[in-house]
Amino acid sequence: MTGVGQTDYPPGFTNDLIYCQFMEATGAEIVVRSLAEEGVEFVFGYPGGAVLNIYDEIFKQDKFKHVLVRHEQAAVHAADAYARATGRVGVALVTSGPGVTNAVTGIATAYMDSIPIVVVTGQVPTPAIGMDAFQEVDTVGITRPCVKHNFLVKDVKDLAATMKKAFIIAATGRPGPVVVDVPKDVTYHTTDFEYPATVEMRSYNPVVKGHSGQLKRAVQMLLEAKRPMIYTGGGVVLGNAAAQLVEVARLLGFPVTNTLMGLGGYPATDRQNLGMLGMHGTYEANMAMQHCDVLLAVGARFDDRVIGNPAHFAREQRRIIHVDIDPSSISKRVKVDVPIVGDVKNVLTEMLTLLKQAKDRPDAEALTAWWTQIELWRSKNCLKYNKQSPIIKPQYVVEKLWEVTKGEAYVTSDVGQHQMWAAQYYKFDQPRRWINSGGLGTMGVGLPYAMGVQLAFPDAQVACITGESSIQMNIQELSTCKQYRIPVKVLTLNNRYMGMVRQWQEFFYGSRYAESYMESLPDFVKLAEAYGHVGMKIEKPEDVEAAIREAFSPALKERMVFMDFQTDQTENVFPMVEGGKGLSEMILAEEL
Amino acid sequence: MRHIISLLMENEAGALSRVAGLFSARAYNIESLTVAPTEDATLSRMTIVTTGSEDVIEQITKQLNKLVDVIKVMDLTEGRHIERELMLLKVKAVGAGREEMKRTADIFRGRIIDVTDSTYTIELTGTGSKLDAFLEAIDPAFIIETVRTGASGIGRGERSLKV
Ligand SMILES: Cc1cc2nc3c(=O)[nH]c(=O)nc-3n(C[C@H](O)[C@H](O)[C@H](O)COP(=O)(O)OP(=O)(O)OC[C@H]3O[C@@H](n4cnc5c(N)ncnc54)[C@H](O)[C@@H]3O)c2cc1C
Ligand SMILES: Cc1ncc(C[n+]2csc(CCOP(=O)(O)OP(=O)(O)O)c2C)c(N)n1
Ligand SMILES: [Mg+2]
Repeated sequence: MTGVGQTDYPPGFTNDLIYCQFMEATGAEIVVRSLAEEGVEFVFGYPGGAVLNIYDEIFKQDKFKHVLVRHEQAAVHAADAYARATGRVGVALVTSGPGVTNAVTGIATAYMDSIPIVVVTGQVPTPAIGMDAFQEVDTVGITRPCVKHNFLVKDVKDLAATMKKAFIIAATGRPGPVVVDVPKDVTYHTTDFEYPATVEMRSYNPVVKGHSGQLKRAVQMLLEAKRPMIYTGGGVVLGNAAAQLVEVARLLGFPVTNTLMGLGGYPATDRQNLGMLGMHGTYEANMAMQHCDVLLAVGARFDDRVIGNPAHFAREQRRIIHVDIDPSSISKRVKVDVPIVGDVKNVLTEMLTLLKQAKDRPDAEALTAWWTQIELWRSKNCLKYNKQSPIIKPQYVVEKLWEVTKGEAYVTSDVGQHQMWAAQYYKFDQPRRWINSGGLGTMGVGLPYAMGVQLAFPDAQVACITGESSIQMNIQELSTCKQYRIPVKVLTLNNRYMGMVRQWQEFFYGSRYAESYMESLPDFVKLAEAYGHVGMKIEKPEDVEAAIREAFSPALKERMVFMDFQTDQTENVFPMVEGGKGLSEMILAEEL
Repeated sequence: MRHIISLLMENEAGALSRVAGLFSARAYNIESLTVAPTEDATLSRMTIVTTGSEDVIEQITKQLNKLVDVIKVMDLTEGRHIERELMLLKVKAVGAGREEMKRTADIFRGRIIDVTDSTYTIELTGTGSKLDAFLEAIDPAFIIETVRTGASGIGRGERSLKV
């Protein structure tokens, strides 16, 4: 057996073609130069036989930086987080076979949250495809259900245009991941290279502008509302329309709620914001959602975690306006009255113009009565928790983080109770600051997400709120943080349990905690130190704030800090809407 | 409700699997699916027969439109249209049954396209229900083999699906 990458194509197909007579570009050069043309800053990846030619070209260039992760899943997560935080397309590069299968979780995670990334994957040489070749998988087949689109490039002549298409498709319309599968022989075949400025696709034309008739109907309906509600989601963040949303909401004076993916789309500290809605949404947001008479849904997809039982939701009469760039998001789970297909920014801007032109104003009397009702709901103070506890309450850690970072940090999270507490207690006033996996709910995203964000914004405060279970799913990335000096701050809310699982077992499985206790946890302080970082273990509430201040102090600005908070094992996330229950049928903390 | 959906998509490798994969991933019914390139070889035309409530059919057409390679989608059943399916069947043709089989085929405007001493091969086109009716009209004991293409469809009059 020779070295990696030397024997994985059949006899007769040698690298001779590289020494082609013309001054043309090889496929590998085309990949690398296309990425540079796209203005890519970082490529997150991991090498292997099928992509060695591409890596060789990366070695020779200085247009973008390659970040070597420790697992391909993390490469895709980091690229995904880079995209979430910056709004630009994230890029990952992995080898064929196991490189691809490791990347699939990352791709599916990005897909579910509509995140624009391009993943370049190595493939066995074209003549070897279908031969059960070494490290061969049907990449296009495996990824098809979890990409916006994918390509297998069989001819080097198609490579540049395909790269261009991949970036266009990933970033426009409803964004999403695109996979470009490049067989090894294509990486050394040559052709004339010119990167196209754009590529026409007759089959791909996302609608951007909202239908003017529908817009007029929508505005009329909004102005007639007695109990209006604005419900916004990830689309506002993805479509960079936070400013337009604020203008529309302020002009109307209507209450606003954000989904988990929409947090930061409307400032959390603004009085008109009722907080997150849904399974773990606030009492006031869920009650207002259930009882409103006109609902303006913007870039949100009526997820099952958001509206609870659809039949219960439909019990109340309300008219719904739904703005979304993807027609298939509209009337999928909830029938709507005024569908508006278009880009949020475009549609909200149009709506604003129409609202300003309109002679009618919202019914002030009705609106006052509605706000009185909402304030009554809000006065329940559904997010209160015991601040006198001698054990660290997880909510307290998040609140302190918010204070210390003045609400300006980029916060990534993993999946579980800590994710919900992060969403509830860190008040995001800006979009693209809250980076988490909502749709797929992928444990293990937290640390690679933080890496992607920190690399994009080297001077920003980046915190990863995680659980002791989730963090272990990509803990190897501590090594990447060391290599590239990525000074993220990890806050582990260590309850020694898969807390979210434990909570369900407590509520719905007679407190039979099957396999949800986290045995044999490592000493995280030593582990962090072993990777060359700073570790802290915090056991008492009175030490929480000082620890966070120290971690974010100038002295540790350049260091990755791992904070292990020993939190209350029995704490649960409230409010909670049980599966199958209606939105207004929440379990509240005090009722237990 | 039964719907016939026609679509045009880029005639590229894997096109069919994108559509088939969509139907299985989202648990949509698929009664039949036919596909072939059009007179413009860069295009594939597909006819899909499916069943579902109005909401489901609405989602199916939206999801099909969302596929990056799909250029146009039309629900033929929303308007006047023609539906045709081809069936080839091999039947036993012996004794008194031989004449009887030919008569039945004639009634259904079927054509006998291959003959041996003991068999006929019949070609029959029509709507799916006409083909079903033919199968009901003959004695199942005579059937050796049948093969059906699944429905193809086209709009009536001016109604057309083209790029
Ligand atoms: C443990 C756990 C608990 C959860 N609990 C909750 C909960 O309590 N509450 C909650 O809200 N979520 C919760 N979620 C998240 C939930 O699963 C969904 O991910 C989330 O609700 C979806 O958010 P969204 O509706 O904003 O849609 P997204 O997934 O963000 O989709 C965005 C929508 O906007 C559209 N869009 C994109 N770009 C544009 C544009 N430019 N213009 C117009 N439209 C655009 C897209 O087509 C899509 O329809 C939870 C997840 C986990 C893992
Ligand atoms: C990859 C993956 N496997 C399993 C799950 C199911 N799951 C959701 S939350 C959770 C527990 C998370 O525990 P931890 O990270 O300690 O967070 P906590 O809930 O305790 O805050 C599990 C197992 C998941 N979301 N992702
Ligand atoms: Mg835990």
